[in-house]
Amino acid sequence: MIWLNVVVQGVLIGGFYALFACGLSLMFGVLRVINLAHGDMAVVAGYVAVFLVPHFHLPEVWSFLVVVPIFAVLGYILQRTLIQKSIDRDPFTTLLVTFGLSVVIENLLLEIYSANGQSVNIGSLISQSWHPASIIYVSYVSLVVLGVAVLVLFLLQVFLSKTGTGRLIRAVADDREAAQLSGANYRHIFGIAAALAFATVALAGIAYGTMTQFAPTSGGVNLLFAFEAVVIGGIGSLWGTLVGGIALGIAQQFGAHFNPQYQILAGNLLFLLVLAVKPQGFFGRRTSLA
Amino acid sequence: MSDVLLPLNDDARVSVRRSTQSPIFTLVGAVILVALLTATPWIFPAQFASTLLNFFILVIMATMWNLLAGYAGMVSIGQQAFIGLGAYATLYFALEGVNPFVTVPISAIVCAVFAIPVTYLLFRLRGGYFSIATWVVSDTVLLYVGTIAFLGGGTGRLMPGLENLSPSETAHDSYLAAWFVALIVVVGTYLLLRSRLGLVLASIRDNEVAARSAGANVRSARRLVFMIAAAGCGAAGAVLAISQPFVQPTSVFSLQWSAEMIFVSMIGGLGTIEGPILGCIIFFALQQSLQQEGAWYLIIFGTVAVLVALWEPRGIWGAIRDRFHTELLPVGHWVREKSQGTP
Repeated sequence: MIWLNVVVQGVLIGGFYALFACGLSLMFGVLRVINLAHGDMAVVAGYVAVFLVPHFHLPEVWSFLVVVPIFAVLGYILQRTLIQKSIDRDPFTTLLVTFGLSVVIENLLLEIYSANGQSVNIGSLISQSWHPASIIYVSYVSLVVLGVAVLVLFLLQVFLSKTGTGRLIRAVADDREAAQLSGANYRHIFGIAAALAFATVALAGIAYGTMTQFAPTSGGVNLLFAFEAVVIGGIGSLWGTLVGGIALGIAQQFGAHFNPQYQILAGNLLFLLVLAVKPQGFFGRRTSLA
Repeated sequence: MSDVLLPLNDDARVSVRRSTQSPIFTLVGAVILVALLTATPWIFPAQFASTLLNFFILVIMATMWNLLAGYAGMVSIGQQAFIGLGAYATLYFALEGVNPFVTVPISAIVCAVFAIPVTYLLFRLRGGYFSIATWVVSDTVLLYVGTIAFLGGGTGRLMPGLENLSPSETAHDSYLAAWFVALIVVVGTYLLLRSRLGLVLASIRDNEVAARSAGANVRSARRLVFMIAAAGCGAAGAVLAISQPFVQPTSVFSLQWSAEMIFVSMIGGLGTIEGPILGCIIFFALQQSLQQEGAWYLIIFGTVAVLVALWEPRGIWGAIRDRFHTELLPVGHWVREKSQGTP
């Protein structure tokens, strides 16, 4: 029963990691850009939800209705300016630029909002949970986040495979030159992909704020978890990312069961182990290795 | 100025030289600078020497990061793994009774050896995935070190073995340690880049596929560079630990080290030896003048680094060099067409 609880909690947190990771995966899959500021963008979304959304007389729970569209627009603009400019140089520059952004954002948040922890206020829901067996508690918040993660992955999948824009995105991801020759404006397509990625990262940031406290430095840790989920699941596979997130979550809960100090360490070790024995991840193709 | 392995003969129409100006001025300048910096703790106030010590630590890190990224194309954001490991190796040996200053080279070797298995794992990933994986490694080492009670766990521990020295003696000795390590690292990097490995690195940087087809072993060249950078950062961490002298996991494994070494290299100029050093000078000037303003120096420096990467990727020194064709520490070759008659 103890082990069942470890698995249940791992699956719950794994859904959140997948939600966090799908934007990272999308940015790399389409733009070939690793956004090292990915985690910090989520934290910014959390701060917007906590400090700016209340001005609209909207409960913080519903803040995603405002923050997600704002971030989609922000993603499009950032892509068409800063990120596109660095893509035009080389992949090396995109890393330096997004790393610089990451450090600048983190320290700006630190200067403006101090290092104190913040959380998105969701009322009494935070403490409620479903209690199916003696020692198993399933928090409603985590369950909702897992549901949102699965829904977002499903919608992304449908969007990419069924709609015209989705097909264009995949075409540009597969072969940019060929898509351009067929008349696709790849910069605009890149912008749409970045808008989608930023929308999911905003959702992930708010979800994080509802589950636990966040601080300016939370971005880095979450980037690591998202990245580990992507690599464990297999680079380039959306559903693989969910499996990777869940595997990471279970490994962390397993470590935490022995000693809270081992929680993140166990996740990191699983990542290094996967890298050693199956570097293409559970569902990745060998060729898609970054 | 030196011989190069090109089939040159009398009727060759190009001449290949190391530099465009006589190296004698650089040499004289270097000798004066080395003498002055070695005498610094005796002729300048203690406060200045202590600032300079931190400057040298950053010079070591920036030079190592420049070797990694500017010459071997590896963007590591996890070099703090080796800074922390170097600091903790020094702490460990000092706790075992070894003189802390003697442990500096030992810690560097420990880091180089630790880097070998790391490269076998991380070289499976490329580009940005490699970058984040270096951070995972540093996070893992940090978390592991935090569980070792002998090394002070999560709170850290005071470096032993410095009790017999007076505070001013400790300050002198750690200044000299930082200065000599910085000198060795910069001169070593200079010689390395002029060697065969430097030629291989330059060819990889310019065109990896062509370098491979010409027989360059790209993977082992990168592995060697990663090990050297690990050793250098380990030595920097060891000196840092001695100068502190309280070794704390979250401070020695801080991402801020990577941020600083990356920003100074980018602003000063990647792919040149002089650039990162120039970047360190600018960084310290800014940091000293904004001391009271919290993290703003890092925000300003990061913003400038992003702008430089986008609009002037050669950095400040790169721009100066290309404009005036001047190099203090030439590692490349200038190929010029010979005019008729005179070489």
